[in-house]
Amino acid sequence: MSSEVSQRLRKRAVRHPLRRRSIKDLSPLGKLVAYLILGSWALVVLFPLYWLAITSFKLPIQVNKGPVYLPFVDFHPSLDAWHYIFVDLRDDTLRPYVNSVVVAVGSSALAMLFGSAAAYALIRFPYRPRLGVIGLFAGCLVLAAVLIGFGVSPPLAIVVAAACFALLVGAVGHRFKRALSNRDIAFWMISQRILPPVAVVIPIYVLFQHVGLLDTRTALVITYAATNLPIVVWLMRDYFNRLPWELEEAAFVDGASTFRVFRSFTLPLSMPGLVATFLIVFVFAWNEYLLALFLSSANAQTLPLTVAAQNATRGPQWWYMSVLIQIMILPVIALAIGLERVISRGLLVGAVKG
Amino acid sequence: MDAGRLTRGRPVATRGVLEARTTRAGSALGPNFAVRTAFIWPALLVILFVSIFPLFASLYISLSRLELARGGFTFHFIGVENFRELLFGGERTHFLGVSRPLTALGWVVLVAGLALLCWGLARAWRGGVSLVGMAFRLVGAFIGAAGLWLLTHTLLSHGGRPGTVVVTLVYVAVGIAAQFLLGLGLAHLLTQGLPGQRFFRVVFLLPMMITPVGVAYMFRMLTDTSKGPLEPLWAAVGLTDFSWVTSPWGARVAVMIGDIWQWTPFMFIVLLAALESQDLETVEAAMVDGANRWQTFRHVTLPAILPVCTTVILIRLIEAFKIIDLPNVLTNGGPGTATESLSLHAYVRWRTLDLGQSAAVAYSLLFIVTLVAVAYVSLLRRRFAEE
Repeated sequence: MSSEVSQRLRKRAVRHPLRRRSIKDLSPLGKLVAYLILGSWALVVLFPLYWLAITSFKLPIQVNKGPVYLPFVDFHPSLDAWHYIFVDLRDDTLRPYVNSVVVAVGSSALAMLFGSAAAYALIRFPYRPRLGVIGLFAGCLVLAAVLIGFGVSPPLAIVVAAACFALLVGAVGHRFKRALSNRDIAFWMISQRILPPVAVVIPIYVLFQHVGLLDTRTALVITYAATNLPIVVWLMRDYFNRLPWELEEAAFVDGASTFRVFRSFTLPLSMPGLVATFLIVFVFAWNEYLLALFLSSANAQTLPLTVAAQNATRGPQWWYMSVLIQIMILPVIALAIGLERVISRGLLVGAVKG
Repeated sequence: MDAGRLTRGRPVATRGVLEARTTRAGSALGPNFAVRTAFIWPALLVILFVSIFPLFASLYISLSRLELARGGFTFHFIGVENFRELLFGGERTHFLGVSRPLTALGWVVLVAGLALLCWGLARAWRGGVSLVGMAFRLVGAFIGAAGLWLLTHTLLSHGGRPGTVVVTLVYVAVGIAAQFLLGLGLAHLLTQGLPGQRFFRVVFLLPMMITPVGVAYMFRMLTDTSKGPLEPLWAAVGLTDFSWVTSPWGARVAVMIGDIWQWTPFMFIVLLAALESQDLETVEAAMVDGANRWQTFRHVTLPAILPVCTTVILIRLIEAFKIIDLPNVLTNGGPGTATESLSLHAYVRWRTLDLGQSAAVAYSLLFIVTLVAVAYVSLLRRRFAEE
């Protein structure tokens, strides 16, 4: 609480000169122009949303005979479309909604769990995987793949490859000199973001088909968690890096275990960062379209997919579509309005340090 | 792979700053091997199984053809046939586009671009770059020239048509340029100390959070010339029969407007924070010394936020190449294939069960993104950020 106050005081002390200067310097005309520009962009942003909102209260005839703009003035609003979506189509609306919530929350939680643990480890513990060992690992994977290709049963091939790997590492592992640092590992993880999802989704599809997880929420949760993991590692690494090490050190001296320190010191202290990162990842998962398009059809269909599908079948039925889209975007809009500062700070951390 | 065990016994002095700090945890009090493994391996495993292994499997699929066999299907290895098909065969029109003789403007752009490439190479040569570095630059320049040839012959030619590669590049280039300029302008206006900042900040952030599918649909409503809200405007210029989505460039512009609307907020929010955190004393000093607004911005503010600028552009660059929702929902990729992006192209091929071709398109996308990102980083970011 007190730190917040002091921060605010400091901000005021720093900002004040600029603000005074700016107001004095900006001529009335300049101010007018600035407001005009800002206002017109605000209009550009808000008008599509306004149009979406009023369209959902229109009757088909009111849409088809040309545009009308003001409810109660130009046309009489009706709840027909809302009634249709929520009452007539109840289950068809509810199922994708539940899917979306489960998948977005589940995958974000999973990504946060794995991602923040990895980010913490990369900040606090030294890792020095040797290039040669990584090469051996890759070689043994290739060996396993080749064995499977030649008709050896997969479990056997994996066991053989693992045995080869263990033997080779034991025999020559210590001879390798060149190693990667934590920074390299972090960069490798973050650089996964370059990968377009479409480049990996086909094998994932085949994989899930084999294990019978296709068109389930589990498949989507796992895939989304993996695509969002780099973001979590990237943002959380920075938050953890700013925490004072002394506190944790003291806990270690007192004999606390690493897990305990992580859970009762590090995580609570970095709560703002965790919240911001969770929200960003949640929004990404909520809005995701491509992976869901490939990996789900009827059962696990998420909201964006439902909306897109409706668009194809009932393209001109704008009144229904508007309702669906509104219930899809309301949660994220609420997040944006309520937590604007948290989210912007989260984004900034990534971009500035990136 | 067992990183922890191999670490032991390394002298502290050889480690970097980061490691020196972590060593305190690692040596005396730090966790043992099992704990360290438990912390990092879940993330590694997820990435390995959902990104790395599929990436290699995808490469294999792109080199094969799906064949129906008894009780399922098999992948039949056919070498680079899929890629050949994309670059020289029947899919060329779809993927690269139709090239035709250049217009005058096309010639100007092509010659100017080539001259620029040669100039860059000559400068590097005179600057004393190593042989390996020069070889890399030559390869880069060659790819750049090929890209330029493709862009000019499909976009600035008599009757040429861009394929999905070119369309994606146009989306990325136009989108990022517009988003950056708009975002920077709006952010700059909001640091002028005007009342009502909080309202604008929240409003300007909104589009970024909205589901792209929803954005696509909204713009489909707005661009309708007979039932959309701008109908009076279209009627006034006599365009009521015109439909954006039936003209190739109209449809592409609609997609780009949607993209710009959605992603300007990202640039805006990051640049705003960067502007707010800049050192105000230098700004004041410049003003006191008599610099006008533009000079202050150009010579004081812009250099200060340049590293952030290059980073946000890089982030958007990587993300923008993945565009699929907008063209798929807004225009269905049409008219024809005019608005298809590379991701959508891959999806369309996948839907027709041509998995090999689909993976080949996806791999081309990966190749192009990596190439552009690497080129961007090595050309611009290093120069500005390390000054």
